[in-house]
Parts: sequence; structure tokens; C-alpha cells
Amino acid sequence: MSELTLLLIRLAFLAVLWFFVIAAVGVIRTDLFGSRTTPAGPRKAAKPAKPAAKPKSKKNEPRQLVVTGGPLQGTTINLTETPITIGRANDATLVVTDDYASSRHARLFPQDGQWIVEDLGSTNGTYLDRSKVTRPTPVPLGVPIRVGKTVIELRK
Amino acid sequence: MTDVTDSPVPMPAKRRVAQLGMLAFAVGIVMFAYANVGLAVDGQVPAGMLTYGLGLGGLMLVAYLVLARFAPWADPLILPLVTLINGLGLVMIYRLSVAKSDLPSATLASPTSQLMWTFFGIALFTVTLVFLRDHRALQRLTYTAGAAGLLLLVSPLIPFLGQEINGARIWIGIPGLGQLQPAEFAKLALVVFFAGYLVAKRDVLALAGRRLLFIDLPRARDLGPILITWGISLGVLVLQKDLGSSLLMFGTFIAMLYIATQRTSWVLIGILLFVGGAILAGMVFNHVQERFEVYLNPEDPELFFKVGGSGQLMEGLFALGNGGILGTGLGQGHPELIPLAFSDFIFPATGEELGLTGLMALLMVYALLVERGLRTSLAARDPFSKLLAGGLSFLLAWQLFIIVGGVTNLIPLTGLVTPFMSQGGSALLANWILIALLVRTSDAARQPPPQAIQNEGMTQVFQR
Repeated sequence: MSELTLLLIRLAFLAVLWFFVIAAVGVIRTDLFGSRTTPAGPRKAAKPAKPAAKPKSKKNEPRQLVVTGGPLQGTTINLTETPITIGRANDATLVVTDDYASSRHARLFPQDGQWIVEDLGSTNGTYLDRSKVTRPTPVPLGVPIRVGKTVIELRK
Repeated sequence: MTDVTDSPVPMPAKRRVAQLGMLAFAVGIVMFAYANVGLAVDGQVPAGMLTYGLGLGGLMLVAYLVLARFAPWADPLILPLVTLINGLGLVMIYRLSVAKSDLPSATLASPTSQLMWTFFGIALFTVTLVFLRDHRALQRLTYTAGAAGLLLLVSPLIPFLGQEINGARIWIGIPGLGQLQPAEFAKLALVVFFAGYLVAKRDVLALAGRRLLFIDLPRARDLGPILITWGISLGVLVLQKDLGSSLLMFGTFIAMLYIATQRTSWVLIGILLFVGGAILAGMVFNHVQERFEVYLNPEDPELFFKVGGSGQLMEGLFALGNGGILGTGLGQGHPELIPLAFSDFIFPATGEELGLTGLMALLMVYALLVERGLRTSLAARDPFSKLLAGGLSFLLAWQLFIIVGGVTNLIPLTGLVTPFMSQGGSALLANWILIALLVRTSDAARQPPPQAIQNEGMTQVFQR
């Protein structure tokens, strides 16, 4: 083997090694720059027949549920069309370990472009801002919902 | 309602294609490295390349299929990253074994046994994923895991069972099978224990006591757990002469305590305790003192030529210096001159042949692996999973820091293996179990929440 060939192989190997690192970073770039919307998404969203009414409701639509207080502080859940359950049960969407929360404490679900909070018969109650939630109530953006020691709110 | 359902759903994808692609890429790099070693040493592509390359490729394909079947939502990068590190370790061990030399570093390096241990590692990875369907089951075994970890940790001290090799009493002999380092498995059990314990006790441990300057000190009576862990890790240091495991265990506990309570004061207390303990041990015990002398004056000729002196460390540093920025090229350096180049000193051996550029890429791969683990911890929905994933990834990062810091003389050298690279069965098996646990946690964290059975109107059905 000539010196030159070995030199080229050596450089090529280092290049390939770094290319692997870059490719790996490429796979996880969603983590670094936020999640990319799928190409199919925007096309579908543009389709609806009443484009005039849409943008307004779209603008004020919450996209994230953020835990702002309690042991899980900082956790965010991306909102989809699936309802979110909060409680101590293992199958809840947001599992809180809190003596003041019930197994199935409260539920958040979307209806007509709004998110509604509903108490599921919890022992200590669910509070929207200062008032106790006695029946399904719409949740405005940024208003705190308290479940036991946990405080959550919806954000864009 | 319609525009909610139509909006793109930001869900983590399974990314199976990306995973398979990256896996093939990693195996390809490893084959390239084998070919490079052969071309440089004998001038031809080595006969073993296909055996080792395809062996590794086959094993990883099995691991991939297991992962796709039993943990489909798991992070797509964990397995390819581990594959690359494990493969490069195999190549370096192979490269040492073909070195034309009679030095122990060349004769004791055994790529075949390392490939066999990789096989067993994947087997344990499979077993863990198949039988542990929900990692939260481990939370019920909190204290069992703690007891098992302690027992494994002290088992080398039991007469007849324990064996002292190279000045550290960290081995147990199993008749007919050879030796095992139980500390490697103990660290996994202890992480499970710490996670379970801290979930239960973190509210108490997070209570603030007096405030000193800008730090909230914990209450004095809450210092129990940290003092007990400190005592045990000092016991390991003194009785087993194993500075590495001691530092690894205590550091992981401090990190998990920090994750659980978010109090900087625990970290400060931990550092003070460990430094204090290490200095005290250095004054009382001879073997700790020798390590410190080597660390402070590695270039002292007297220490260099002494048995158990700084010779090994300096050979590693010479190798790194010889490698320089671009390295000597695989198969073209003399890593066999470093004592223990196939185990503790595989990092400088790799550094000589791949240079700073290659080492940085390798460290990036490790960093990405740890990042995936921490990301899993962030995405996890319950506190036990958060602590488990955080603890396991910190364990990996901390172990790498201790050994790489040791061989580059940043911190006193301690005998720890470089995860997935060093020759040695126990460490490889334990680390593959660690990856299986991480994959399991990641699968649970990235899985989309269960769909509601009924989704319209105000009425609903839910199970009690």
C-alpha cells in the first residue's frame, strides 16, 4: 500500500465518521428546531370551504398545555384532537403524583375549536382561575387550571 | 372542530427508516475501519472483515427487529449510536491483536471474545425488552433493587468468592465460567433504587432549611440518605480500592438528587463531602495517595519507571501526542505500547490512530447518546421514568467523563471501562441492559397517549 492511498483512506475515514455525526444530528433536528409540520398538513388545512371564518379561530387556538406549577413544572404536552386526562392513574395523559389529586381527576377536550375542562368527580375539585369547575367550562388561553398542587395552562 | 382535526398533528414519528439507515451506516463505518486496519497492516483487506463486519451487522439487525417489534416508539438514534461505538471498540481490539508485537496489550486483546460478549449483550438486550414490558414495574422493586445492588457491590469482599486482580478487589470468580465484575450490574440496580426512592422522598428532601448567602440549605435531619450513600461509596474506595466505582455511584446519586429536588445545595454538599472524603482517604491510605502523586507529577522520572507509577498514563499521553490532529491512521500507529490499551486505555489508543478529529467525533457520538437519554427523561410523563432515564444517561456520561478525564490526566486516574469500547464482558453486558432500559423508557415516553373510546358530547364512559 502506498503512503498516498493510506493517507487518503485515513482522511476519508475521518470524513465518514463526521458525516455520521452530522447525519445523526439531522435525524434529531426536530428536537433542536421544533417539530416540522408534515407536508400533508398545510395542504389539508387550506382545503376547507369557508376560508374567511377559519383564520380567526385558528389564531387563538391553543397548541400546548404547559404545567406552570407543582412537581411536574415545565412539562408541556402538545395538544391534538385527543382529550387529555389528568390524575394519578397510570393511564392518564398527565400523571400527577399528588396526594390532593384523584386517580381520574379532570379532563380537557376540544369542542368547536375550544378546549373544555371538566371535573371527573374528584375529591378536592378542579379550579379554573379562582372558581371551582362544576360543569364543563371553556378554558381561555393562559388561565390557570389547578388540580391538587399542579397548575396547568393552555398556550399558543 | 374540523380545523382541529385537520391541523397537522405534532406527534413523534416512529422513524423506522431513519433508524435502519443509520444502523446500516454505522455497520458500514465499522467495516470500513476493519478494511483500513487490514490495508495498513498487511496491505490487503483482512479475511476477518466479513466475519466481524457481517457478525456485527447480523447482531444489530436482530437488535433492530426486536426493537421494532417490542418497542416500536423508541428513539431511532439510540441503537445506531451504540452500534458505532461498540463496533469501533471491536475494531480497536482487533487492531491491537494484529499488532506485530509480544507486548501484553497485543497478545491479550481478543476480538473474538469481545464479539462473543457483544452477542451475549444483544441477547440480554432482547431478554430485557421482551420481559420488561413496562419499566414502571421496576418501581415496585425499589428496595429489592437497592438490596441487590448493595449485595453485588460488596460480593467481591466475600472470601473465596472475591478475587483481587491488579490491586483492586472488584471481581468474583464463578467456577467454570471465569470472572465477573459485579459492580457493573450493581450500578444499574442502584439507579433503579435511587429513582424509586427519590420519587417517594423528594418532597421531603426538597424542603428548604436555613438560607446561607444565595443557597437554600436542606434541613439537617434530611442529610441521612446522602450521608449513608457517602459512607458506602467511601467503604468501596477503602475496602475494594476501587476509586472509579465509588466516584461513579456517589456522583450518580448526587445528580439524581438534583434532578428530583432541583436544589443546587445538594450538589454543593455532595462535592464537598466527596472531596473531603477523598482527601481524608488520601492521607490515611497508601494506594489513594499513590494515585494522587501520579496525578500531580506524572512526568517525574522516578514515578514513571516505578511499577504502578505514571508509566501507563504517560504512554497514553505520548500516544495522543503522536496522533495529533488527524491521527496516524488506523493500523499505522503503535497503540500496543500503551499498557492495557484494550481495556482502560482504549481511548488514547483510539486517539493515536484517529487523532483529535476522530476522538471529537467519537465524543460527539457519546454526547448524542446521552442527549437522547436526557431527552427521553424530559419527554417521560411520570416522575419515576424521568428519574430512571435521567439517572441512566447521567451514569453513562459520568462514567465516560471519569475514564476520559483520567487517561488525559484531567482528574486522578481511576480504573473504569470506556462504555461499549473496552474489552470486558461484565461491562458490555451491563451497558446493553442499560440501553434496553433506556429504549423501554423512551418507547413509553414517545408513545402517543391512548385514544379515547368515545369522543363526542358531554357524556362519556370511563372505567373505574
